[in-house]
Amino acid sequence: MQTPEKVRTAADDREAWEQLTLLPFVERRPEARETFRTQGGLPLERIYTPEHVEGIDYARDIGFPGQFPYTRGPYPTMYRAQPWTMRQIAGFGTADDTNERFRFLIAQGQTGISTDFDMPTLMGYDSDDARSEGEVGREGVAIDSVDDMHDLYAGIDLEQISVSMTINPSAWILLAMYLVVAEERGFDRRKLSGTIQNDIIKEYVSQKEWVYPPRPAMRIVRDSITYSAQHLPRYNPVNVSGYHTREAGSTAIQEVAFTLAAGIAYVDEVVKAGIDVDDFAPRLSFFFVSQIDFLEEVAKFRAARRVWAKIMKERFGAKKPESMRLRFHCQTAGVSCTAREPLNNIARTAIEALAAVLGGAQSLHTNGYDEALSIPSEPAMKIALRTQQIIAEETGVVGTIDPLGGSYALEKLTAEIEAGCFEYFAEVDKRGGVVQCIEDNFFQLELADAAYDLHRRKEAGERQIVGVTKYRDDSPNPALDLHHVDEAAAARQLERLRKTKANRDDAAVRAALEEVVRVAKTDENIMPATIAAARARATGGEIINALRPIFGTYVEKPVF
Amino acid sequence: MPIKVLVTKPGLDGHDRGAKIVARALRDAGMEVVYTGLHQTPEMIVTAAIQEDVDVVGVSILSGAHMTIFPKIMDLLKAREVDDIVVIGGGVIQDADIPKLKALGVREIFNAEATTQDLIDGIERIVAEYGRDRTRRAAAHAR
Amino acid sequence: MISHRVHRDLARAISSVENRIVELPAALRALAAHGHVPASHHSDVLGVTGPPGAGKSTLVDRLIEGLRTAGETVAVIAVDPSSPFTNGAVLGDRVRMQRHAGDPGVFIRSMASREAGGGLAPATRDAVRLAEAAGFDVVIVETVGVGQIELEVVAVADLILVVTVPALGDSVQTIKAGLTEIADIFVVNMADRAGANRTALDLKHMVHEGRRDIPVLQTIAQDGTGLPELLATIAERRGAEDSNAVRAVRFEVVRRARDAAASAALALLNSPDALAVLERLRAHDITRNDAIDSLLTIFGGPVHAH
Repeated sequence: MQTPEKVRTAADDREAWEQLTLLPFVERRPEARETFRTQGGLPLERIYTPEHVEGIDYARDIGFPGQFPYTRGPYPTMYRAQPWTMRQIAGFGTADDTNERFRFLIAQGQTGISTDFDMPTLMGYDSDDARSEGEVGREGVAIDSVDDMHDLYAGIDLEQISVSMTINPSAWILLAMYLVVAEERGFDRRKLSGTIQNDIIKEYVSQKEWVYPPRPAMRIVRDSITYSAQHLPRYNPVNVSGYHTREAGSTAIQEVAFTLAAGIAYVDEVVKAGIDVDDFAPRLSFFFVSQIDFLEEVAKFRAARRVWAKIMKERFGAKKPESMRLRFHCQTAGVSCTAREPLNNIARTAIEALAAVLGGAQSLHTNGYDEALSIPSEPAMKIALRTQQIIAEETGVVGTIDPLGGSYALEKLTAEIEAGCFEYFAEVDKRGGVVQCIEDNFFQLELADAAYDLHRRKEAGERQIVGVTKYRDDSPNPALDLHHVDEAAAARQLERLRKTKANRDDAAVRAALEEVVRVAKTDENIMPATIAAARARATGGEIINALRPIFGTYVEKPVF
Repeated sequence: MPIKVLVTKPGLDGHDRGAKIVARALRDAGMEVVYTGLHQTPEMIVTAAIQEDVDVVGVSILSGAHMTIFPKIMDLLKAREVDDIVVIGGGVIQDADIPKLKALGVREIFNAEATTQDLIDGIERIVAEYGRDRTRRAAAHAR
Repeated sequence: MISHRVHRDLARAISSVENRIVELPAALRALAAHGHVPASHHSDVLGVTGPPGAGKSTLVDRLIEGLRTAGETVAVIAVDPSSPFTNGAVLGDRVRMQRHAGDPGVFIRSMASREAGGGLAPATRDAVRLAEAAGFDVVIVETVGVGQIELEVVAVADLILVVTVPALGDSVQTIKAGLTEIADIFVVNMADRAGANRTALDLKHMVHEGRRDIPVLQTIAQDGTGLPELLATIAERRGAEDSNAVRAVRFEVVRRARDAAASAALALLNSPDALAVLERLRAHDITRNDAIDSLLTIFGGPVHAH
């Protein structure tokens, strides 16, 4: 970005400024702290100048949106064409309950839908499993079979609205159910657009939703990606996610590095299965958090794009631009929301959302002010959506692409995060790859250390939380209309499941499950047999359990 | 003698950040922490508490299922004739539920705002008040 | 039949010796007074040792499963390291053995190593005797697995399983010293990984050079592969005549030598060079592994646990 000449001048100028202006001033009025760091622990300089961007070449490292290395954005027009997809996640109770919330959100102007499942569905237990007691429909919607899936998206045009499903170890089953619903309603598979999270790697690292050990689980993800590459041209079969890792206490660098390392692992698997990288890489999508440390976050999104572009081009030899451009969904940070003075969360969320937009997100979920208290109420979701609409319609930030690009501070942070990522990739390669690193607890240990460090910095007062650790008053919280857990929903779901089981052909279910088991023992793609089982109304839990004897059940070795 | 604590995480969700930070902080405070891992049923928790003969069972719940889980833990402890192990809770627990949990015999609730030092102090105080030494001494001698 | 009440009483008895509230004979008398088991009852004690990450806990979980299927009751004493700095510990071995919760025929107890080195806690031996008195058919002792050879297990176990994983290069050499002396059975776990056959072969060669007949078996504890053979081998060797006295003497010599080495290492940790390394770690200049490598080099290393 700078000639050596200019850099030298800048350094001289800065030193002069420090001597003449800064030092006398600091002597009179000392700074509040000796060192300032980002939330992720990167040291912050007092001021950034041309000398800090010395190694950065504009054309090579920053460039133009829609062009390698995509630092400034994946598309040449970005929000000037259309704003990001406003995608508020929803899910609770039975399929009918959640369907009603989807219709409310679409009526409010939401442009995509996003589904949150309850813990039993996420973990592959049916609602009538003993392990599910107390959790059916509580933190998300309960889906046991295709019949539930039909009601979940009833009245929604699946060729028009993009549908996202946040689910992992049992994702391939939910994808199968979704495809059966589309088929039975007469939609064209090739027109289905949407995303399924299906990112098993980060489960072992941070979110901790798993069924099988990593190696068979990777095979299932590989099968769903290859199936999707062949049959679902508009569908994103995996959403490689850093959100959960950051929420679990990682640094910003770890969030990007672990996520893109997972991306590398998926690409490796699918390429090994004989699919050309350019035939599926364009459909890989990503998911990051937007935390409260504004500059670091904007830099993080830009760095993620640049790093991924380099990986795809240099490591995998991708040729299509679409294979190199990283597209991501973003959610504001759940952990930044507080239970005390919950309306403050609206301000936090707005700042985080703005960082996501200035970082070039393709879709965004903003948290409700009641995030720390319960799953979101309708009024909380409405304000959250309005926050995004205000950014898009009122602030004017949609007019210029990557408007913070070129800032010395931002470019320096972007480069630091990029460098940190490549250091991690080298370490992961040295240790035998991502799956090996999971089995050896490498990521888990790195994360545990970072989380503990962040926690200690918070307790030491380096990171304050307004209304909680600072400016705290003990006045009671305002009375909020919180989401009310419908304790009767579980009973309704059990009745739905009973009905499904009563109305199906048990012999056909048994045969379909046997076929899934047979395929699992071979190297055939597991998707077609799973779709057939879903069509026969096999439940998610039945499919999961049929495969446990073959794949095993994962037990973590916890590290601290 | 070191205080022994069972740190446990019931329910199907994977939110173990808090439980692990607590485990690490208690270790650094010189305690012996038995960590059960995620996805524990009340049976697993009570089995571990008894076999490990811990002073305190710390249950971390963020799934909202605390009013299902705690009664089962307390009932099972009672059924197994164990009355000298203290149960405490942490995580996301609404203020309104705290008196109900205390009525069940849950000794203390540490919410998300409690610092690790609060927790360490709390456990040390509870163990001191409880006099676990005494019950162990009685158990160790032939009747 | 072992009842839940036995679990409670045994657990309390172990605490009482672990915390030195009473000595073992008193604790045994107390347990006996509760009337659980005839005094003549004998347990077979199985030691499971090997480097960290070898899958010892998962293997123990499979052994429990196999022994229970055969109708035997099992107590497990699993030892994890204490922090030498705070004396605290996080004990996580039982995570992998939880499917036996609720089965009164299985008792699992974690122990912090406290001040003891060598893979066992000071009270491990006492805990084994108490589990025996409580009536368990088999007592399994799982060692710390800090990467050194944990010879102390010799002092408590009748039969010792040394667990290792497929190694690359010459790593087998690093476990050579001492292990053939204590192993009754070698287990190459995670046998689906590359190098398993070669590791097994190397071990067989090592065994061949020695004087004792030590079977070398391959397992995948995660899915149970090889467990029937392992259980059969254990059954065959249990109760066979052993050379306990010889092993115990060797163990005592090694223990004393190592105590001396440990004292020297602790002194070196306070040397200016070592303090400088620790300071760099504190400043996040170097990683934990770098720090360990540097310190071991200062101590005359490098020494690698694999």
